[in-house]
Amino acid sequence: MARLTPENEVLARTIIGRYPVPKSALIPLLHLAQEQDGWVTDEAMAHIAELVGVSAAEVLGTCSFYEMFKREPVGRYLVNICTNISCVLMGSDDLLSHAEQRLGVTVGETTPDGTFTLEGVECIAACTEAPCLQVNYRYRYKVTPESFDELVDDLAAGAFADEIPPHGTLARVRQVIAADRVAGAVEPTDGRQPEWMGDPDGGAS
Amino acid sequence: MADETSTQVTGELTITLNGTQVDARKGELLIAAAERHGVYIPHFCYHPRMRPVGMCRMCIVEVDTGRGPTLQPSCMLECAEGMVVDTESDVTSKAQDGILEFLLINHPLDCPVCDKGGECPLQDQTMAYGPGESRFVESKRHHEKPIPISDLVLLDRERCILCDRCTRFAKEVAGDPLIHFINRGNHTEVNTFPDEPFASYFSGNTVQICPVGALTATPYRFKARPWDLEQVESTCQTCSVGCRVAVQSSRNEVLRYVGVDSDPVNWGWLCDKGRFAFESVNGDERLGEPLVRTGGELRPARWSEAIASAAEVLQSTLTAHGPEAIGVIGGARLTNEAAYAWAKLAKGVLGTDNVDAQLGDGLPAEVVLGLPSATIDEVCAPGGTVIVLGPDTKEELPVLFLRLRHAVLNDGVRLIEIAPTATGLSAIATASLIHHPGETAEVARALVGQPGLGTDAGGVNSAALEVARAAIAAGGPVRVVLGRASVAESVSWTVEAASILSSIPDTSFLMALRRGNVRGAIDLGLSPGLLPGRVTLDGGRANLSGLWPTVPATPGMDTTAMLTAAAEGHLRTLVLVGADPLADFPDRDLARRALAGVETIIATDTYLTGSSSLAGVVLPAAGFAEVSGTTTNLEGRVSVLSQRVTPPGTARSDWAIASDLARALGVDLGFASVEDILTEISSAAPSHAGLADALASSSDTDGVVVPLSGPTPADALLSFTVPTSDALLPRHSYSLRLVVGRKLYDEGTAVHHSPAMTNLPVGGALRLNRYDFDRLGVAEGDLVRVIAPALTIEAPVVVDPAVPRGSAGAWFNQDGLCAADLIDITAPLTVLQVESLNGQGAGS
Amino acid sequence: MTVSDVAPIITSRFANPDAHTLSGYRATGGYQALAKALSMSPEAVANEVKEASLLGRGGAGFPAGVKWGFCPPGVWPRYLVVNGDESEPGTYKDRMLMERDPHQLIEGVLLACYAVGCGQAFLYVRGEMALAQERIAAALNEAYAAGLVGRNIMGSDFSVDVILHWGAGAYIVGEETALIESLEGERGMPRLKPPFFPAAKGLYMQPTIVNNVETLSNVPWIVNNGAAAYNELGAEASRGTRMFAVSGHVKNPGVFEVEFGTTTFRDIIFDPRYAGGILGDRAVKAFIPGGASAPWFFEEHLDLPLEKGTVDRAGSMLGSGAIVVMDETTDVVRACLSLVRFFAHESCGKCTPCREGTTWLERILTRIISGQGRPTDLDLLLDVSDNISPGIAWPPKQTTICPLGPSAVSPISSALTRFRGEFEALIDDAVAARTAVTPVEITVGSHG
Repeated sequence: MARLTPENEVLARTIIGRYPVPKSALIPLLHLAQEQDGWVTDEAMAHIAELVGVSAAEVLGTCSFYEMFKREPVGRYLVNICTNISCVLMGSDDLLSHAEQRLGVTVGETTPDGTFTLEGVECIAACTEAPCLQVNYRYRYKVTPESFDELVDDLAAGAFADEIPPHGTLARVRQVIAADRVAGAVEPTDGRQPEWMGDPDGGAS
Repeated sequence: MADETSTQVTGELTITLNGTQVDARKGELLIAAAERHGVYIPHFCYHPRMRPVGMCRMCIVEVDTGRGPTLQPSCMLECAEGMVVDTESDVTSKAQDGILEFLLINHPLDCPVCDKGGECPLQDQTMAYGPGESRFVESKRHHEKPIPISDLVLLDRERCILCDRCTRFAKEVAGDPLIHFINRGNHTEVNTFPDEPFASYFSGNTVQICPVGALTATPYRFKARPWDLEQVESTCQTCSVGCRVAVQSSRNEVLRYVGVDSDPVNWGWLCDKGRFAFESVNGDERLGEPLVRTGGELRPARWSEAIASAAEVLQSTLTAHGPEAIGVIGGARLTNEAAYAWAKLAKGVLGTDNVDAQLGDGLPAEVVLGLPSATIDEVCAPGGTVIVLGPDTKEELPVLFLRLRHAVLNDGVRLIEIAPTATGLSAIATASLIHHPGETAEVARALVGQPGLGTDAGGVNSAALEVARAAIAAGGPVRVVLGRASVAESVSWTVEAASILSSIPDTSFLMALRRGNVRGAIDLGLSPGLLPGRVTLDGGRANLSGLWPTVPATPGMDTTAMLTAAAEGHLRTLVLVGADPLADFPDRDLARRALAGVETIIATDTYLTGSSSLAGVVLPAAGFAEVSGTTTNLEGRVSVLSQRVTPPGTARSDWAIASDLARALGVDLGFASVEDILTEISSAAPSHAGLADALASSSDTDGVVVPLSGPTPADALLSFTVPTSDALLPRHSYSLRLVVGRKLYDEGTAVHHSPAMTNLPVGGALRLNRYDFDRLGVAEGDLVRVIAPALTIEAPVVVDPAVPRGSAGAWFNQDGLCAADLIDITAPLTVLQVESLNGQGAGS
Repeated sequence: MTVSDVAPIITSRFANPDAHTLSGYRATGGYQALAKALSMSPEAVANEVKEASLLGRGGAGFPAGVKWGFCPPGVWPRYLVVNGDESEPGTYKDRMLMERDPHQLIEGVLLACYAVGCGQAFLYVRGEMALAQERIAAALNEAYAAGLVGRNIMGSDFSVDVILHWGAGAYIVGEETALIESLEGERGMPRLKPPFFPAAKGLYMQPTIVNNVETLSNVPWIVNNGAAAYNELGAEASRGTRMFAVSGHVKNPGVFEVEFGTTTFRDIIFDPRYAGGILGDRAVKAFIPGGASAPWFFEEHLDLPLEKGTVDRAGSMLGSGAIVVMDETTDVVRACLSLVRFFAHESCGKCTPCREGTTWLERILTRIISGQGRPTDLDLLLDVSDNISPGIAWPPKQTTICPLGPSAVSPISSALTRFRGEFEALIDDAVAARTAVTPVEITVGSHG
């Protein structure tokens, strides 16, 4: 519950180094903080502010704009049921009501055991598979009340531990750029014309 | 120079504005061009001193650039040739009415209890154009009613219309992005990070520019309604920048200062100390009656008795010991007229030249007057190079800091700072040359390519030095902001450095001196060796014949010399004109001995201070907002000060006190009003020739820079002796060189007597670099033993990354560790030894 | 996933289980376009793409090759930003391209960087798409290791880093200037255009090309096969193929790559190769032709071709290739609320009319649905809409900074124009219910 761990701080510095301007790394670093703690703590935001060289208020300003960043703890599994047009047409309202009853919480709440947080969300780009949902941003398509109940039982039993990491972890494959392969971040003040663009046309301005 | 920016620019373009062809400038925003031609376009987010963002949409108007009329935000649109603009069309009106309705649907109906009521742009717009009734039947947005976001500012998020003015100001103008938009969409609000307040020196500006009552200032909250306020325009004297300010009062009580946009000076901004110091005008402890010491105690007395008593002391000192036995210290917080009156009394009546408005923490007057001068606009002119060799402008001259910041970030000005610690400008400086204390001149030598006395250019970063040299080599004028970065070292190195820098072609100087009217005091003779009008005793004597009974024959002592003489018993009577050497002189031990060493102290002041409470006679002075006259800022810009309220009790203006004292000594100073004095200044002071007429015909807001025209009077280009060092002081690993600067909030009168600010001073601690901190083996906040030349004390110690290795920082005039206790003014540089109370010494 | 009789261009590898790996991609001709391009001048590559009528697939439909040409000459560096923030309701195609054929996208990115002279590329993937992020990260790692991305690509002097960046949940970031703000670490709030057109002043105020995932996925094929071959498909300006997601009340919802410009709405909704007709063979009540922002189409529009100009002229747009079908049983007031609530929820809050207006619209609709409607509400809905989008016309005018606010007006104006009676019925019922209530007796003077 806190600042980034030393290992994550090293990773954070690598990520910052990929961008021409450090502040560009804010969202990736907030994801990193959320992966570490399951949510984004004030301490992590303050630490990120130091790493990126902006004020903590600026970090909060960015963090609070984006829905995926949770500034208070959520369940191990964040269940997001789509409530947008294609899914609504295919019955997602009923699915959401069913989910509330099944989990015993209302939208936005976390089950007392800390396993599930239920949310109704906007379109998640699986409109042809309506109604759909995500668990920690892993899809389930054409969900029925019955298949929802099965899913909840399986999750509670740890059935998908391999497929679905705890909340906070998105991609489990990170971009890695070997030192000998890096072309390098191009700073906005670097006025040089790229080499492959032929004879410099006096482009530096 | 100021004229150039304020001149009417002839239009380069023609646009059609509501059917009339009018001129517009290239690059001029439509909203500004319209306003210039008398067409007001309503707006909330647009502010002429900030980057436009086009967010509130209130200023959208129909514009046709040849492809048919479209709605465009006039704050984002630059005028273009042939543009046809209709600010009154049905489409424009419908759109603007719609925006206004949108802004109102969630705005609370608490105008009757809102501080902004009566001066609220949203209220004004609604009155003028708003719908009579609301079509919004839903419940409004709710937030906890005002939350404090700092000691000085409260935020009511329900009233906020999310115009981005305060947040833009905080980030772009002040560089303190401590308030920010939080959350999204309809849930967007302005707020701080949890437990990290909006602690900006400029926070009050956000209250002033808030177009609704979302931001209010603690000291003004619920104090008055705008229509009950009476106001005059004046010039802030809290520091020497001289920001224009509207002084507002009700029932003879000053209730608020509001920044006024002076184009050459403050652009409408004020620092919080200046803005909220109005509370000290109304302080309960203001001196309202004269005090005379009888039976060892200061007791109230009538004016006649107090004046007679003071005159008697002066007369008997004159008779027994001659004028050289009298010293006059202070005068930098007076009006120009009062400064002149006191110069005339001291030098022309008493005949002493032991007169100094500075307290050993400034620059020699000959240097101030002798170097070619630059205005703020010249310093900040696009494309130039600025060298800041002096105090941290953010702490001591805050609005100059804003102007410099703007110049660097927006106008391509290259800024080089030469300082013993990092400052508020370091983050944006082109090159930050942080050097060993006492080696300022060594840095200057390195910068201009002269051989150094040492090998490492005063210890500055060599890469930064190269960048700085390149900046100067890039050409263009070089402007130097010159002052004292630390009062723990001799001024001679600063003077030497200034002299070295003046060898760069096209170099001029802006004097970063402390105290509101220090420049006016020096200009008008409150400095040893000088007479009114920037002339020497010999150079000015002729001007004053017939006006002054006498003029001293030889230059007298400055404050340091006077205090030294007093401590040694050579000075009999000391007159303190609004000066408190015990609090303000760098060497408190010397000040204490000096005040004990004189026979009598005569003091004029607004508050009883440590020094004036030792006086035999205390004369209560009228202060800011209670007197009229003129004042001079650090550029030499003279502007009008206005009276708004009457002083407490029987307190009188300083010029009248001088006049009464003279009369009691049998001399008529010859003036019955401020205007009389200004007239005399205009004829007696060469640099101020024609001032009275010039002020009468100038814009009050911008004032006039003296001298008014033509070449500087020959005598004004004073020569001064440049000290030259021939060796560097030895550096020892077992000692730390002391650096003493000031924080904006200190224990001075303005802060101490303003309740809203009394919690703001940081307090005293010894500040060390992490390296030395670890070397000492101490922890944050630990007490350490500090061995200074005059005393050994225990003091708390903290890490400060701004302080370089081998130096120790201490703030002036703070509670706790007081820097003045550490400084030995007789030493060229105060060096400390610091020992851990655990027994480890520095370097051991 | 069904494929039309025209050979697919961008979904050709979707059936291959290893298409997302470097070996799978290379086995099917991957990175040949890059090799070919490196033997051409950047200008020649740019010209080839410009010749092909490749309309941007993100929503606005601006020709990609023309956009590339907007960078001011001689101003460096230039950046490429890939818009993978697919989130327009009804839209599902970019995620598929990123998950199933990431190398095709990466190759397109490299070709664009090479042609335009971009010094660095950022691949902005929507935050909620974990699998797409994993697939792209893995693909980039492989491509870097194989010398296809990074320093001296394929041994040439062409060097560029492609940085994978994830979003964090904000629809508005799909707008290109908001995307740039977000990539700068800011709140994703759109910039004003003018003055900030990304091609001139984009990322870090440098010239920046922002292209959609599907758009760039077409580029390798164009470089391999030439613009002429590409332009052989389609009609008018709408050339090549295009992916459409058909969702809602259809028998066989799916994502179909079809010939652009010639296929009709009737084809794609009813043809058994595609969506296969309406569920239960009911009638079409309305359909959204191009994502939530688009005005609705009805029965009479079914025979229009999926061609940009034609659809524009008919008063809507193909937008992001999202066709949402509503059958005759649909409660249009609820459908309308679902769409309006979306825009209100996703409004960034920067400008007044969108922040306040979209929420107000949502609250009026909510009131009507919950039996609290008033007779004046329908005019109020239209007038509030008019204050967001003056004239409620198409293409929309706006008092807002970006098109999000006017997008909320589309469903209201469509539904109210066509189905006003359904709104009125709800309000009439509400008024009747209110008048039926017996007034509460108030006893003056009692505190009981």
